Amino acid sequence: MGGKKQKKLLVRILSASALLVLLQLWEGALPLLYVLPYGIAGWDVLCKAVRGIQNGQIFDENFLMSIATVGAFLTGEFSEAVFVMVFYQTGELFQNYAVGRSRASIAALMDICPETANLETEQGIEEVDPQDVAVGSIIVIYPGERIPLDGVVTDGSSAVDTSALTGESVPRDVAVGDEVISGCINGSGLLRLQVTKPFEDSTVAKILELVESAGEKKARSERFVTRFARYYTPCVVAAAAALFLLPSLLLILAPDLGFLSGTTWSDWLHRALIFLVISCPCALVISVPLSFFGGIGAASRCGILIKGSTYLEAMAKAETVIFDKTGTLTEGSFSVAAVNSADGTSKEALLESAALAEAFSHHPIALSLRKAVSAPLDLSRVGEVEELPGRGLRTFVDGKEILAGNHRLMEEAGISFVPCEEAGTVVYIAADGSYAGSILIADRPKATAAASIAALKKHGVKHTVMLSGDNTAAASAVAAALGVDEYHAQLLPDQKVSRAEKILEAKTPGSTVVYVGDGINDAPVLSRADVGVAMGAFGSDAAIEASDIVLMDDDPRKLALAMKIAKKTMSIVRQNIIFSIVIKLGVMLLGAMDLATMWMAVFADVGVAVIAILNAMRCLRIRE
Amino acid sequence: MKKRYKLEDLCCANCAAKMEDGIRALPGVKDASINFMTQKLTIDADDARFDEIMGEVVALCKKIEPDCVICI
Repeated sequence: MGGKKQKKLLVRILSASALLVLLQLWEGALPLLYVLPYGIAGWDVLCKAVRGIQNGQIFDENFLMSIATVGAFLTGEFSEAVFVMVFYQTGELFQNYAVGRSRASIAALMDICPETANLETEQGIEEVDPQDVAVGSIIVIYPGERIPLDGVVTDGSSAVDTSALTGESVPRDVAVGDEVISGCINGSGLLRLQVTKPFEDSTVAKILELVESAGEKKARSERFVTRFARYYTPCVVAAAAALFLLPSLLLILAPDLGFLSGTTWSDWLHRALIFLVISCPCALVISVPLSFFGGIGAASRCGILIKGSTYLEAMAKAETVIFDKTGTLTEGSFSVAAVNSADGTSKEALLESAALAEAFSHHPIALSLRKAVSAPLDLSRVGEVEELPGRGLRTFVDGKEILAGNHRLMEEAGISFVPCEEAGTVVYIAADGSYAGSILIADRPKATAAASIAALKKHGVKHTVMLSGDNTAAASAVAAALGVDEYHAQLLPDQKVSRAEKILEAKTPGSTVVYVGDGINDAPVLSRADVGVAMGAFGSDAAIEASDIVLMDDDPRKLALAMKIAKKTMSIVRQNIIFSIVIKLGVMLLGAMDLATMWMAVFADVGVAVIAILNAMRCLRIRE
Repeated sequence: MKKRYKLEDLCCANCAAKMEDGIRALPGVKDASINFMTQKLTIDADDARFDEIMGEVVALCKKIEPDCVICI
């Protein structure tokens, strides 16, 4: 229903209500006059009901509502019939409005795809459809524009706002040689990009595709609701028929029965009509998918892409969370974690001579040493380098003999040193035959990892496991620092799969196992787990492909947030299911005992639907 | 072949569920799903009879929800 139709319906509802009030005040009003407001409010419902019957759709809500109100007319409840129709239409209008609003807010979320790209050609800059830009061409991004295609910066520098994709509010600095992702907003600098992927494979296209198809993998509770709806309506209609026919029959055959005393067939018809009004399962059928959709929408606003409501449901039932260590819980890059200098040497001097000694090496350790020194290195200070395989190296810095390497190098050179017991790789340095200190190089846990694991526990995760290909010392140090319950180190990729399978076998039935990895070399585990979460998938197609939930950046806090959204959404879904069913059954029970009015029945139908929708909309507002 | 269509004026969630069930039951349809929120029909059906099947789908939807239009 578009805005125009909604407005028309609103006008009809208002004029019908006004007429109804007038008729109520006018004591001499003819009953026939009530047909006027009834018709204004509900002519389309009646039309649709007739068309429904022609098409064989007898349990159509229009049909049920028509029967109920026409029945009310026939039993002499004129104002009630009009009121029921007006209230029903008000409920419909509100439902439409609410659904439209949530659709719009999710559509706004998805508005990350620019319509045009500025292609650089020999004739100058041309505005073209991003789909027509070939890989390798150069596009220009003006300040404030959204980046249409993935590419590498060839000219210019800027800060790009990635918040639409990652939920991260701090802009990312980019310069020549950096990769940028479509969907981000360019800051104040002009950028020239060389396009690296066709539009279909760009980040924006992938994300849109993913969110659009999220509805295909429906959650169990969503399926339950549609199954329930399939049986609910026929059952209620049958019950209504029985409620009218049986007592009416008995009134003829055996009018002396106790529970029939003082009733006529029209009383029983009235009770049966109440059943019909309640027989539409709309509240449930609309609010459950809406809740899931809201949850998925809230998540994607925070840079969490969920591929279907079934994964939201599975996530909420997580008992065990398995983490990959490197890149997930830790930074995934080596850096200097500690500098222990011997007496008489300053930390800076130690680090500098180590960096100079390793200046010509391409080993990751050497890289991290050089990265730790801020001042540029004067390579002319370094003499000839002698590599000592399995030990380290010997060279001269400023004419001094420097030994840099592991403990074996120190032992063989007969240098007494202070062993460093911390987890990681230790580089010992000796200058002119005397010990100068040691530098610890380690993969640091992410700053937010420990807090995230604690938050997961708070959200009901019982067990956390860390899998690592690293050595036991490094793994145990990280596990202890982060409060992970269990860890397995020195695993080859296929051992990670079998380890995850063992955990999957041991889980309690009904619970799930979540696996979190970076998606680079753990795709088999990602797809094997009940819920595979790929982290830091910013721009990595393979990870997006293999996982069920994608965290666009690599902050482990997002995982805790995803868990929170899953739990909240599921609790709202449960509230809606229980609330709608209880109210409906309750009013039916009261109706059968002649304790309910038609007004209560309408409330149990549209009123409950509106409340359930409002409740479902809360899912959209879940944040950190 | 898997295709996605936009549904216009799909107002009733229950009808959407009924349509989905009905389309799934059509011969030649491998899978179908209607996303009420995005108003999209995703259908996976036999390549050879795809257009014919889509004709049946349109007729079926017309029956269940006359206001709803499948944008082909």
